[in-house]
Amino acid sequence: MLNIGGLHQGVVIDHIKPGQGMQIYEYLELGKLDCCVAIIKNASSNKMGRKDIIKIEGPIQVNLDTLAVLDPDITLNIIENDVIVEKRTVRLPEEVTNILRCKNPRCITSIEQELPHRFRLTNKEKRIYRCVYCEQKYKETNI
Amino acid sequence: MKHLISPMDLTPEELSELLSLAQDIMKDPERYRHVCDGKKLATCFYEPSTRTRLSFEAAMLNLGGSVLGFQSADSSSAAKGESVSDTIQIISYYADICAMRHPKEGAPFVASKHARIPVINAGDGGHNHPTQTLTDLLTILELKGRLDNMTIGLCGDLKFGRTVHSLINAMVRYPGIRFVLISPEELRIPAYLKEEVLDEMGIPYKEVRSLDEVMPELDILYMTRVQRERFFNEEDYIRLKNSFILTPEKMKLAKEDMFVLHPLPRVNEISVEVDNDPRAAYFRQAGFGVYARMALIILMLGLKDRIPQA
Repeated sequence: MLNIGGLHQGVVIDHIKPGQGMQIYEYLELGKLDCCVAIIKNASSNKMGRKDIIKIEGPIQVNLDTLAVLDPDITLNIIENDVIVEKRTVRLPEEVTNILRCKNPRCITSIEQELPHRFRLTNKEKRIYRCVYCEQKYKETNI
Repeated sequence: MKHLISPMDLTPEELSELLSLAQDIMKDPERYRHVCDGKKLATCFYEPSTRTRLSFEAAMLNLGGSVLGFQSADSSSAAKGESVSDTIQIISYYADICAMRHPKEGAPFVASKHARIPVINAGDGGHNHPTQTLTDLLTILELKGRLDNMTIGLCGDLKFGRTVHSLINAMVRYPGIRFVLISPEELRIPAYLKEEVLDEMGIPYKEVRSLDEVMPELDILYMTRVQRERFFNEEDYIRLKNSFILTPEKMKLAKEDMFVLHPLPRVNEISVEVDNDPRAAYFRQAGFGVYARMALIILMLGLKDRIPQA
């Protein structure tokens, strides 16, 4: 088993679907951070069999709840002074901007490139997001 | 009422006020002849439309106002690459209210976010067409004397037909409404409308593949065109456009007080022989559209106090 050291201060993004770690890394633009970042692929998991994990040393400014749109099973461990101070699942945000892209060729966003791609949560139980412009439902392939 | 982007932007109370104002205008149009004196309507049409644009213009002219605008993207600065948000900010200096049609869904919504004047969505792609819905509701109210307790048949292109989607959303707010959805398999109503509107609200409906079998049940038959511009594939269009044609023979199966509506233009889905049937209400419907738009313009401009006493 590969060992990655614990964090003094930072965030562990846990229970990422195996193979999706790099996508989360790219989405959060972690490559631009100066701090220490570790991606662990295919770690063994009692709950999932296999999972990816990302460990970020230091503060991160992004709203991590937006990860719920990409993968609702993700959990967050917030670490301060070597102790987990908060452990929780991600919560679906009411609205997300420039996370999902509307692929409806009839949507105004298809021709006006400067418009932000905004999606609103219209059904929490079924996790349905709709484009605020054309109301097209977000599908997995939209990511 | 600041903007009208979706038919659902109107509360049931606002809708009721608008429909009674439209009915009042119909009874005495002369009284409304100068309500919009000195006001200008901009018709910003990024795609061709005859009826909707002329209906808006007729409505404003009937109220004593004036109109300006463009009729296609080619004849506007959109051809030079100007964004909708830039265009509407400029139009806000030229006119008091704007009716916008755009082939892209959500364009009038974008405009409303940047406008300093009320924006009316005059149709955005296959998405919304709220003034058609107002027209449909006014027509049903005028012809049937009510908007509740009836069976409405919707026939033709139920998949891409925005007027159908809007009408369903508007009618489910009234009690006792039942829908019969008549379409070919390929043009069935979108799943989200069934799941999130009809099922969610417990509205009774059935889906059928033939007009004949359901004609006797209907109080309103809403016919729609299978629209060429909604298809990416010409072959699919040609294969489906002749589906579900209304003929005098089918009309014989209908109730005496059933009415046929159509948002127009029709292609061949209603045979011209049906036009002489007193139950064919689609041309009258286009006329009602002018009154619905007159009422809308008055309310959106806040000019009720200019209406002379009867």
